[in-house]
Amino acid sequence: MGMTLTEKIIANAAGRDSVKAGENVWVNVNVLMTHDVCGPGTIGIFKDKFGADAKVFDKENVVIIPDHYIFTEDKRALRNIDILTDFAKEQELPHYYQPGTDTYMGVCHVTLPEKGHVRPGEIILGTDSHTCTHGALGAFATGIGNTDAAFTMGTGRTWLKVPETIKFVLEGKLPKTMMAKDLILHMIGEIGFSGATYCAMEFEGPVIDELSIEERMTICNMAIEAGGKNGVIAADAKVEAYVKERTDVPYTLFKADADADYKDVYVINCSELEPTVAIPSAPDKRKGVSEIKGTELTRAYIGSCTGGKTEDFAAAAEVMYGQKVAMDTFVVPSTTFVEKDLRTLKYKDKTYMEIFLEAGCRIGPPGCAACLGGPEDTFGRANSNEIVVSTTNRNFPGRMGSMQAQVYLASPYVAAASALTGVITQPDEYLESK
Amino acid sequence: MNSLIKGKAFVLGDNIDTDQIIPAKYLSYDPSNEEEKKYFGKFALFGVPEGESGYPGGDIRYVSEGYKSDYNIIIAGENFGCGSSREHAPFALAEAGAEIVVAQSFARIYFRNSVNGGYLVPSETPVKINEEVATGDELEIDLEINKLKNLTSGKEYDLNPLGDIKAIMEAGDVFKYAKQMGE
Ligand code: SF4
Repeated sequence: MGMTLTEKIIANAAGRDSVKAGENVWVNVNVLMTHDVCGPGTIGIFKDKFGADAKVFDKENVVIIPDHYIFTEDKRALRNIDILTDFAKEQELPHYYQPGTDTYMGVCHVTLPEKGHVRPGEIILGTDSHTCTHGALGAFATGIGNTDAAFTMGTGRTWLKVPETIKFVLEGKLPKTMMAKDLILHMIGEIGFSGATYCAMEFEGPVIDELSIEERMTICNMAIEAGGKNGVIAADAKVEAYVKERTDVPYTLFKADADADYKDVYVINCSELEPTVAIPSAPDKRKGVSEIKGTELTRAYIGSCTGGKTEDFAAAAEVMYGQKVAMDTFVVPSTTFVEKDLRTLKYKDKTYMEIFLEAGCRIGPPGCAACLGGPEDTFGRANSNEIVVSTTNRNFPGRMGSMQAQVYLASPYVAAASALTGVITQPDEYLESK
Repeated sequence: MNSLIKGKAFVLGDNIDTDQIIPAKYLSYDPSNEEEKKYFGKFALFGVPEGESGYPGGDIRYVSEGYKSDYNIIIAGENFGCGSSREHAPFALAEAGAEIVVAQSFARIYFRNSVNGGYLVPSETPVKINEEVATGDELEIDLEINKLKNLTSGKEYDLNPLGDIKAIMEAGDVFKYAKQMGE
């Protein structure tokens, strides 16, 4: 019996010829990423267990990217950043993206691949559940907690239970009004909120082949919203070109065997789908936009690792070009380099930034911002009973701030079109190029 | 790890996510700081919506005052601990005094965190257990024979064996386990 893509990557990292779903194996870890919410706790455990003078397993591959609580007056949040800064200095970490300096980047999952820290075939761990994003480059990437991270920080090792794989084959052609976000919301709706618990989600097919790297990241990013351990897409020429532009670290390409064993296989004909949202308050509460169009909203939010990348804003800019928003609309670039793109890239004769400002959007500084609520002074935080259409990834009660707020998860097309009308809206009439 | 756990049940529904277990607002407390860590106990399960906190009534706070809960056993439905990777979630429950969560299923990062940090036991059961137990019921759980007994109702239920994780829980945490494994 052959191996799935995930089994191949884990077997390689375990130094074995083969592994089978269900086995526990010790593996070498390539990259450990942490941020301001879990970094201080991880460092605390690391020092406690390995000693005050202990050194991290590999300076090049312990990457610290503060992003969650950056632009706040909250004292404890700021103190957490100081803890990271001291640690990075003490350990002489070359890849610390420090707030308040030129090296500040923003959202960790957009920064990590952009700065060349993700390579195909690697084991990438991060103290954040959306670490599964990086499977888009053909790596095994998953979120872990502080204790796990502290162990890896000291040893470069971890134990993994080899997950079973659920395969999604995306066939047909993606309709022009749809984006990767619609696809992953569709798939989560299909298998449910815990449909992939403990499992790998492997994506393939002609629709995946056509998607850009950023769009593939959006898909893998939300594997966790179906309970998935990791999301993964085999690396192709597009991935290789992306990676080679950013790093010269060598890597290995893996592919699933033709006779690999899958827990389940879903074949989805994308030509038949329509723009899709998740209604409050769970990511698997799937509805087609046609079913709920006209639903009243009070604000729109475009940002996060899921929906705040350059291409997400390109989509929103196309919809908003020459239009005005009908409700409060918050635009939060995930990183400083995405923010730079907003200032330099154009749709027709205007930069994305000009389009958003002329439409009446409010633009915040790069970071996680209100994607996870955060301190009360966080930009875009839902502080009362707002009804938000958002390009983020979670809509649990209280996720964007107040327990009274309701969140509809949607693609940048749908969020931007809805921002213009104040109700859930089909994007097609705003997409003139299509 | 205690194999025999006795105490009072606190009952929750399905899909209790980590934002409900410990809302993001409180994550900036430092778990390694003695003075601050007790706040994780105080705010444990603080994000569970009204009407759903402590079934069947649903209007009971897990920690009503101070930093510790009166309930050391949590009973839940499917997909307990879904959402973010925050280890603060099992940590907060343990800080509040919880020793075990019995649920139909767990989200994997929560599961792994509660084991690797040695915080509290994640125990699965095939039974829709949160419909069988009421908040305040006296329970007795024996992890050697994988049984849960509701002393209030007199009924008994099966728990799934802990399997691979038992060794880690018994070692104490992943560090001690790795040492035992010669890592
Ligand atoms: S943008 Fe949101 S989902 Fe992404 S890392 Fe930040 S808080 Fe998490």
